[in-house]
Amino acid sequence: MRINCPICGDRDRREFYYLGASDYLNRPAEGDLDAIHKYLHIRENPAGVTKDLWHHEAGCSSWLVVERNVSTHEILGVELASEVAK
Amino acid sequence: MIDLIAKSAAEGLLPVTIGTMTLTELPLRKMHSIAPFKGAEVSAALKKATGVSLPDTGRATAKDDVEILWTARGQYFLIGATPPKLPAAITDQSDAWCSVVLSGESAPQVMARVCPLDLGQMGEGDVARSLVGHMTAIIVKRADGFEIMVFRAFAKTLTHELREVMVSVTAQAALPE
Ligand SMILES: [Zn+2]
Repeated sequence: MRINCPICGDRDRREFYYLGASDYLNRPAEGDLDAIHKYLHIRENPAGVTKDLWHHEAGCSSWLVVERNVSTHEILGVELASEVAK
Repeated sequence: MIDLIAKSAAEGLLPVTIGTMTLTELPLRKMHSIAPFKGAEVSAALKKATGVSLPDTGRATAKDDVEILWTARGQYFLIGATPPKLPAAITDQSDAWCSVVLSGESAPQVMARVCPLDLGQMGEGDVARSLVGHMTAIIVKRADGFEIMVFRAFAKTLTHELREVMVSVTAQAALPE
């Protein structure tokens, strides 16, 4: 598996660290317990297209949002998390 | 007065020549990490103070003995000069790294076994942050081979891993067809 980092280009999977769903970018307001519970624990988990956070740990150190199909392993798009979170 | 003895990171381990390849340690030089603050412009000030401006992503710029490497997103290493006051986070990295050069005909085969980069794509002065074995490394394509920089504490592991592969690649080349 290879991920096309917007900074570094096409790189091997072993350079990246996987965090989890890109939902982590949308942190709810403090005190909203239901929203925080959902933010931490509730995931769609589709057998299809997902968006996840990956860290280019052994590369440029960017956080990336990688859109991929978990059924086919196809990678559909890679964006800098800093751009997505704007 | 105590005389302190300066020891390089790979002291006593290098140079080694195996088959057509040589692994040599580069002398330690003054080195600073420069991470410009958000939106800050530091290139012109660096150029004025050191003669070298910031390189593009994945590149190095150099003039005389001074060089600047792109080393990560928003991070550069200034080598061979002291940085001026800049709107940037600056840390002294001198003595913190071990820098070696792998040269020789079979150097690309050796690198191919330990590094996931597509090294055939790299031209002289290209810089990449990647892995060598399990170590995070800065790799610079030089005219005479690959410069590999790892944290100083990994000097022994780096030389060990590269030696093993140099031996193996050389032995394989000597096998009858
Ligand atoms: Zn990257």
